[in-house]
Amino acid sequence: MQAKNDSQTVIIDGSRLVTEAMARAGADAFIGYPITPANLLYQYAGRRLPLMLPAPDEITTLQWMSGLAAAGRIPVTATSFPGFALMIESVNMAFMMELPMVIVLVQRLGPATGTATCGAQGDLALLRGMISGGHQVPVLCGDGFKDTWNLAAEAVHTAVRLRTPVVFLTSKEEMMTRKSFDLSLLDDIFPVERRSPGGAHYKTYDPGEDGIPAFLPVANASRQVRLNASTHDMEGILRHSTDEAMANTRRLEDKAGNHLDSYTRYQYDSQEDAATLVVSYGITAAAAREAVSGIRESGKKVSLLVAGTLLPLPGIYYRITGKYDRVVIAEENINAQFARLMFGEELPGRVRTVGAIGKMIAPGDITKEVLL
Amino acid sequence: MSTILRKKDLPYCKGCGHDLIAKNTAKALERMGLEALDVTVVTDIGCHGIIDGCLNTHTVHGLHGRSVALGAGIAMGTGRQGNKIIVFIGDGGSTIGLQHILEAARLNLDMTVVVHNNMLYGMTGGQTSGLTPCGFKTTTSSEGNPWSGYDLCALTHTSGAAFSGRIAGVGDISGTLQEAFETAGFSLIEIVEICPSYGVRLNPGKKLREIMESSGKLPGRWMNDRKPFVLEQGKKRGDLLKELKTITASHDMPPGGPVSVILSGSAGEGVQLAAGILATAAVSTGYHVTQKGSYPVTVGVGFSTAEVIISPRPVMYHGIDIPDMVVITSVDGLEHCRRRIEAMKGGSLFIDSSLECPPTGAGVVAHDFRSVGARNAALFALFRMAAVTGILQPEVIKSTALASGLPAAVPVGKMMELATG
Repeated sequence: MQAKNDSQTVIIDGSRLVTEAMARAGADAFIGYPITPANLLYQYAGRRLPLMLPAPDEITTLQWMSGLAAAGRIPVTATSFPGFALMIESVNMAFMMELPMVIVLVQRLGPATGTATCGAQGDLALLRGMISGGHQVPVLCGDGFKDTWNLAAEAVHTAVRLRTPVVFLTSKEEMMTRKSFDLSLLDDIFPVERRSPGGAHYKTYDPGEDGIPAFLPVANASRQVRLNASTHDMEGILRHSTDEAMANTRRLEDKAGNHLDSYTRYQYDSQEDAATLVVSYGITAAAAREAVSGIRESGKKVSLLVAGTLLPLPGIYYRITGKYDRVVIAEENINAQFARLMFGEELPGRVRTVGAIGKMIAPGDITKEVLL
Repeated sequence: MSTILRKKDLPYCKGCGHDLIAKNTAKALERMGLEALDVTVVTDIGCHGIIDGCLNTHTVHGLHGRSVALGAGIAMGTGRQGNKIIVFIGDGGSTIGLQHILEAARLNLDMTVVVHNNMLYGMTGGQTSGLTPCGFKTTTSSEGNPWSGYDLCALTHTSGAAFSGRIAGVGDISGTLQEAFETAGFSLIEIVEICPSYGVRLNPGKKLREIMESSGKLPGRWMNDRKPFVLEQGKKRGDLLKELKTITASHDMPPGGPVSVILSGSAGEGVQLAAGILATAAVSTGYHVTQKGSYPVTVGVGFSTAEVIISPRPVMYHGIDIPDMVVITSVDGLEHCRRRIEAMKGGSLFIDSSLECPPTGAGVVAHDFRSVGARNAALFALFRMAAVTGILQPEVIKSTALASGLPAAVPVGKMMELATG
């Protein structure tokens, strides 16, 4: 097969694509602490982003990022579970202070240090429960290089638009495997725009009309900014549990959900009269696509839903899955984390799961369950 | 009327040194001619942290122990000249976040840390802290603390802080605070106080200066003549995609479906490099490829395995269960792939002739691949694989290898001759 004349075929890994996409979307600082399998992102960021700082640990990483975000930067880091675990209190802080940033979480096999050089999809349940109070941060996840490119940029845009930390969830195989790819297939990415608050007096947590406070950098020369990780009022002053402070915390609960449509990304490939739907995300979506393709070639009908927005769960996923007699959810863990987030601990009989640890789920594993 | 403080009465217990620190901070800043919005105060968790609401400055109230790192981020992120970043922290927070303090001192970030050292955890009930002096009584050491506290000033000084200072929290301390604030680079000032609620009650009659003397933590100033860290702003970097070489399909692709290839050897023996050459040669032949690396967590020892799929159509799933072709160049590589080699029912195995070949259904080609040097064995085997299977032209591998930046000493031409002859 000869390449098209206008094609730009290269061999590339996902880490390079994610770093470039985030830089183009407006990310301008990377704080790094080495951890396998996220190291390629650290290396690329050092060459690409205007500011790259090596932190002495992952708690410092998130705190420096928070300080940079408070000062008006758009910081990014990349880590894996052991590092992310150290970051969680500070992610709560950034969530409470409403500071935009992106954490690229490159999943590897756990528990604990597990196997650093083995991929996995085992951290979704952690992400769902990591904010005290049960609040949610947006979690996006790419499917293949083109989609990863777009969603990495969307992660930056969503972080700034919603004033929130965003997790871009990926895995070792997506970030380290090299593949041939035609760069001409990539969409343009535009840098995120920030809106400036008007008026002489600024309240850091005034919800405005859309529940998202306008952002002003701390340390500016004109208007006072008060950021607070403790329960606070609209000014950003610490309060116990006043009505205004509780309204602020409720707004935080509602923020990600109320604007969910703006960052809901999924791919739905439906086949008329199909009774079975395959659902997957991230690295396993590639196997799901191949399985669905093979099943269709054999003359059987099946549909496919690939989730890009993992948290909060978009309502459209329920409307789609509700159309099918059987739903086969494939993800690289052995406790059906996405399936249980969607359908609860006791899965309905029509929901089947395909899981694995220590290896990628193969298309044949999914095909077998679909045709069962 | 203070421009820094918005309230005259601060929310502290009678006799608390925190009140003294806040008022003297304001006095020093005003004497320096700074406006409220020229200053950002980052506070930690503890009694000192409730000062936020009393300040006209920018205020940032973070987590316990992390305020110095948070302030460091602000100091690095703001490009505003003349802006003053001040972190208020207690003795408890300074031990939780000791690494953050040392790091900011090491980098000599332009900021000031004011340690409110009242020698115990006041907000949570008077427990012993890492700065509690030996013999000092707290609610958790009724016989007196058996250990000495950290010497924060010694730690920051040896880490590279431009200014480290310790004073007793008595009288007018605005002069020393001003000295710290005016330091270009990192400054830390430790102000020793006695908590009126716990320290005074549990240690009746003890004077602050006596405690400082008996603990060896005397007032003082320690300097390092260093320039502050200056952040390079807005430096543009290259496009990561433009760094990549575009590969044009310029060779004829033989007929056939996808082929999965595993190259397996020892770390440091060029397996991943050979896999990269194979992948590039395949793309220049018009194939789609994936190249997955597998290795233990160690970098320089153990196995190194690369899985390459070469396909006439785009590859979605890039895993390989039972491969079509395997190249084995060392015992490490053999052991890592033994199960899959034994499971092969066809295809080809290219194995160094020094190794014992496991039972397999693959066609076996044994050759002394390591004869050209262990680091070249995988590439040598690629030539043999190309010659035997016909999936790629050896010439294409050769031209790809020569263009890959290999050292001149690598005998690429000789390997091709030996493999195809």
